[in-house]
Amino acid sequence: MAVAARQSKAPAPSKAAAKPAKARSAKEGAGQAAPAPSNVTPFTKDEDLHAYREMLLIRRFEEKAGQMYGMGLIGGFCHLYIGQEAVVIGMQMAAKEGDQVITGYRDHGHMLACGMESRGVMAELTGRRGGYSRGKGGSMHMFSREKNFFGGHGIVGAQVSLGTGLGFANWYRGDNTVSMTYFGDGAANQGQVYESFNMAELWKLPVVFVIENNRYAMGTAVNRASAQTDFSRRGVSFNIPGEQVDGMDVRAVREAGQRAIAHARSGKGPYILEMQTYRYRGHSMSDPAKYRSKDEVQRMREEHDPIEQVRARLIREFKVAEDELKAIDAKVREIVNDAAEFATHDPEPDASELYTDILLEPAQG
Amino acid sequence: MPIDILMPALSPTMEEGKLAKWLKKEGDQVKAGDIIAEIETDKATMEVEAVDEGVLAKILVPDGSENVAVNTPIGIIAAEGEDVSAAAAADPAKINPAAPAPAAEAPRQEAAAPTAPAEEAPAAGKPASVPAQAKAYDASSEFPAGAEIVSMTVREALRDAMAEEMRRDQDVFVMGEEVAEYQGAYKVTQGLLQEFGAKRVIDTPITEHGFAGIGVGAALSGLKPIVEFMTFNFAMQAIDQIINSAAKTLYMSGGQMGCPIVFRGPNGAAARVAAQHSHDYAAWYSNVPGLKVVMPYSASDAKGLLKSAIRDPNPVIFLENEIMYGKSFDVPKGDDFLVPIGKAKVVRPGADVTIVSFGIGMTHALGAAEALAQEGIDAEVIDLRTIRPMDIETVIASVQKTHRCVAVEEGFPQSGVTAEIGMRIMEAAFDYLDAPVARVTGKDVPMPYAANLEKLALPNVGEVVAAAKAVCYR
Repeated sequence: MAVAARQSKAPAPSKAAAKPAKARSAKEGAGQAAPAPSNVTPFTKDEDLHAYREMLLIRRFEEKAGQMYGMGLIGGFCHLYIGQEAVVIGMQMAAKEGDQVITGYRDHGHMLACGMESRGVMAELTGRRGGYSRGKGGSMHMFSREKNFFGGHGIVGAQVSLGTGLGFANWYRGDNTVSMTYFGDGAANQGQVYESFNMAELWKLPVVFVIENNRYAMGTAVNRASAQTDFSRRGVSFNIPGEQVDGMDVRAVREAGQRAIAHARSGKGPYILEMQTYRYRGHSMSDPAKYRSKDEVQRMREEHDPIEQVRARLIREFKVAEDELKAIDAKVREIVNDAAEFATHDPEPDASELYTDILLEPAQG
Repeated sequence: MPIDILMPALSPTMEEGKLAKWLKKEGDQVKAGDIIAEIETDKATMEVEAVDEGVLAKILVPDGSENVAVNTPIGIIAAEGEDVSAAAAADPAKINPAAPAPAAEAPRQEAAAPTAPAEEAPAAGKPASVPAQAKAYDASSEFPAGAEIVSMTVREALRDAMAEEMRRDQDVFVMGEEVAEYQGAYKVTQGLLQEFGAKRVIDTPITEHGFAGIGVGAALSGLKPIVEFMTFNFAMQAIDQIINSAAKTLYMSGGQMGCPIVFRGPNGAAARVAAQHSHDYAAWYSNVPGLKVVMPYSASDAKGLLKSAIRDPNPVIFLENEIMYGKSFDVPKGDDFLVPIGKAKVVRPGADVTIVSFGIGMTHALGAAEALAQEGIDAEVIDLRTIRPMDIETVIASVQKTHRCVAVEEGFPQSGVTAEIGMRIMEAAFDYLDAPVARVTGKDVPMPYAANLEKLALPNVGEVVAAAKAVCYR
């Protein structure tokens, strides 16, 4: 069992502050600003099955992480990706081998989408030696050079300059790869984002800026923190094209991702995708999420859930049997349970690890 | 198999809470994500979600129960028609909210364990590793045998170091404000654009935070950027990327993500540019594990150390000084001349007192040694050259001989590099000291603009001489 958040008996935020958030969420719900379903290139059955399995893996992994946090096995901060699964899965379906991914601290989904092992990610969450950072990074700081996943960064917005640097390296080497740099609606207000936009366009760097607008920067609704809430327009003054995407529809994400990546790969410079998405859980595990209504969350889950959309299509359009989907569910659950089991029993790092990985030894000569 | 629903922890510090309300009753169907109960902590009311689907077979802790310990089973979820007698309900101990559940205890203990290994780890300080008789680093063989010696300014030495390394390795490039077309704000990058082209010598906008981050990102990807700051005062805009991204990522990635980058530029006081353009940051960067910090004085050290810094697989802070750029020194010709990072140099041997400094502080140290010689005091002068890792052994070896030490820096006194030197000497060579270690530093004030006040704010030869005589009781 996991924990989510909601109303408290503690004093609620002022109504004046809470109201605009509600109004916006009603009028500008993800999905409403997005292209009508008929305009979206449909998935084949195999693509839908792939998306279903991959998104379900993230969902179940995150639910398990929440559960293990509740049991005290995971410490510190733990930011779950539940609700946003279609964003990273759709983008990965549009990307090519060798393209890089970098994001902030809500990173578990991105790692699984990059093909990193559930065991290694979960063991990092529990601070064990089998974790991707050997227990020294934790939930927010994991990397895999092999899978081109460059973190996992804990400072809001820092990954935007770093991701632009990955794009710079691609441009420098001329290797035709693209940096997919993810950040949230909160990070989108950081100064270095615009410094990076400027240089990325100036030098025509192959970077796709993926803004995951989940409507709340920690506990602050988008319209309470952002003068321009259309994040696709945040690159206008730098001449960076952008578009808003229904981030709850994996097909819409893939299609927009293909456009953006093609633009960046062809040498035309960066591209901004505002993914309109939603996180079901609090900002972190200890957030009671008093800043939004229960109805708002419930409505998103019932009407826009990215996994349910694919599941419904598989049953309705592709006539996939319930049993087949159940088998996928069972397989995913098995992977996640195995990861949890591993992460619970894997030993902690050896004490000698305290002093390793601080500096690399220079090569001789 | 029936699954226990455990009382969750909602923060790293929560130990117990109140089970306020069940939102499902026994026999209800639940699926993953359903909210099944509400619990209260001292801070907030939170919802409990089911992760597994099935039937809420049994409620073990009723509504309104106070002080329910984290990890106590509060209910059981079973598959339809499943026998739940095997689960927690069969064990009366488990349904007592006051008693921690035995099944839950094991993971709690494991989670609590991370503090233990640290206590067994070796102590952080390294003084114990300094032998009773320390051995000074011998820098005499650094110049290649038979190499032609030429006189060269620090500025030219730095430029040659970059050019040689850029010829040697295609992954090396230089970026910063005015480094290309303008040929460098202080002409340190003169000629590089012409030789290496605009792809490898890159003018940036005046956005230190952004281009430092881009440099770090490129380094994480395996390139070897040289990021020039017009002065290190402006690097304060970028310090998050230097500290949080460049210095820490190798550790936080368990050794996967090296960051081979050099941040270089003038540091410390120039002349009459006031507080925002005169800060010496040696002590700041020296405080951070994961960085190397180099601050050369002579042109040969500037060249040999910059070449080593560019080849180093770690982030290196390379602190130059505007006043030193135009000073000339002997430098060996040839592109195979390297000076190792982390080694001090005995610049002037002596017997009576050790004067240790670095960077432009060496001008005061050497000037004082000359003056002291006139008065019959034979000072040994050591140039640290690298601040981190600090070659304290060379300093200790000298102090074991002279029994007296004066440390000199232009930076501020509190938590300064000289404060560190004094402490390290006390830790490793207390019994060798015939006088307390003295320090001569910049004054504890923001750098003033007025010529007379600026002069007062900086250390000078006279202050070093006075300190040396004091520790010699003369």
